[in-house]
Amino acid sequence: MNQLLYSKLSSLIKVEPSLETSIGQIQLERPVMLASGILGISLDVFNRLYRSGAGAVVTKSLSTEPWDGYPNPTIFSVNGGGWMNAVGLSNPGAPNFAKMIESNQEVPIIVSLVGSIPEDFELMIKQFKNCKVKAYELNLSCPHVAKVGLEVGDDPELVKEIVTTTKNSTNVPVIAKVGLGTTHYLKTVGTAVESGIDAITAINTVRAMAIDVETQRPILSNKFGGLSGTPIKPIALRCVYEISSKYDIPIIGCGGISTWEDAVEFFLAGASGIQLGSAIGDNWIHIFDDINKGILQYMRKKNYSTIKEMVGIAKKS
Amino acid sequence: MQRNPNHTTIVRIEKVIVETPTVHTLVFSDEIMSNVLPGQFAMVWIPGINELPMSVMISKESGKAAFTVRKHGPASTGLFNVKEGQQIGIRGPYGNSFDVKDGKLLLVGGGTGLVPMMRLLTFVKPTDDVTVLIGAKSKDEVFFEDLSNNLLENNSHRIIVSTDDGSYGEKGFVTDLVEKLVNENHYDGVYVCGPEIMMYKTVLAANSKKIFVQASLERMMKCGVGICGSCCVGEDLVCKDGTVFDGEYLSQNKEFGIFHRNKAGILENY
Repeated sequence: MNQLLYSKLSSLIKVEPSLETSIGQIQLERPVMLASGILGISLDVFNRLYRSGAGAVVTKSLSTEPWDGYPNPTIFSVNGGGWMNAVGLSNPGAPNFAKMIESNQEVPIIVSLVGSIPEDFELMIKQFKNCKVKAYELNLSCPHVAKVGLEVGDDPELVKEIVTTTKNSTNVPVIAKVGLGTTHYLKTVGTAVESGIDAITAINTVRAMAIDVETQRPILSNKFGGLSGTPIKPIALRCVYEISSKYDIPIIGCGGISTWEDAVEFFLAGASGIQLGSAIGDNWIHIFDDINKGILQYMRKKNYSTIKEMVGIAKKS
Repeated sequence: MQRNPNHTTIVRIEKVIVETPTVHTLVFSDEIMSNVLPGQFAMVWIPGINELPMSVMISKESGKAAFTVRKHGPASTGLFNVKEGQQIGIRGPYGNSFDVKDGKLLLVGGGTGLVPMMRLLTFVKPTDDVTVLIGAKSKDEVFFEDLSNNLLENNSHRIIVSTDDGSYGEKGFVTDLVEKLVNENHYDGVYVCGPEIMMYKTVLAANSKKIFVQASLERMMKCGVGICGSCCVGEDLVCKDGTVFDGEYLSQNKEFGIFHRNKAGILENY
């Protein structure tokens, strides 16, 4: 009898940890998001991912017009771990996409945008006036398409103009996704922060290639692509740590996250949320639920009631 | 060491069989591909040209498999043109497979949709009564009729060919025959692969009679592993959740038989 009373009391006192997180103004029920470029093509799939435990889904990067992308091979699995892709930012275009998600009420959707000039972004945001958009994510870091992505991110003046224009076009939070280009990514982050960005996603895939030794030619049709998955995780983690050490800006960690330990590492380095993509290729969409459960267990063990309590802790040591 | 299905293996084409003026079968040696289940597919790389999903065809010789391809777009035409001795890359096998029932079976294949049906025939039991419907546009485009007969020599069976123009076998669409057959007979399982409208009508016909039916769907694919999203049909990914789906489940899908997605991911009507 006493034991029963005790367990009842302790369950009342002990607060069950919550997966809720805030990335600046962006409030999410769960911290694990689908990264841009992965599966982000239909609202039905978004719903399924949300049901599977994703806290938000980031769409494929949308352009002003539909893009077919590159011919196959566009994606392949790297011997030794990780994935390489040069899909070429195939997407149905912002207007078509906006129409598709108009009916959405439930799923937190972060709309990823790609363009060459500030006007592209302004024009695209207008398309989403009837849509429930959680945030916009500016793709300043795709490493395998000319005139957009990393080529834009490498140009500080353009980054400034694009962030300023985008911020003036919407009240919805705007995230900049940065990657490893020819301009130091910390400089790009600095420019974005000065221009009023609400949060940073770090990092994108890392420009890379692979050659088939038997047929003696590059495997990707585009020759160069972006490396993702477990091999880039330590690099992404380093970037998150460096950004959070230098700037007071909410961060979303992205790059090779495939376990709950990876997710926690990113929180400890300073990320308030994380994104994953490649891990779906290895573990399918159960990965969201697995990671959520792992994070909760860790929080119980370490006595955290919120994600916020562990964000950036590793910097104190 | 076990082979990672996601890593491309280079194989040499040992034989090219001309099935019709537009359809070739390319035979190669690969133990794993020789043993795949009906409905499973491989991603096939034609170096310098493209990569595309292909249902894995059987070979008469053990340890060998094949791809049967109709020249259509740049990728399939590239594969169609591959000559003996040339190398291609393969990865997989990917996807699920048909649930092969016992008893009276109806297999419906249109064009290269017959490929998983031929593999399915290697899984039927001698006690099964099997009907194979082969749909083609014209006499020139009929293939696998002899192969079906050979594979079913120990079974009670019937092979029915229908051509759209009536130049061989029965005249008309294969789906008209499906409707007739399911109205007159009870089947323990109906299996279909081919053009989506054909699969759609077959599924509807079998569903209306509460007959177990499965279809192996085809979609444009980039990755084959559930990353790119190109092959989604409603909330399902053909590469991961399929290629084989139950008819009853498909009847709830808003896109099956109506839309497919183009390279940009825009829904287009069939």
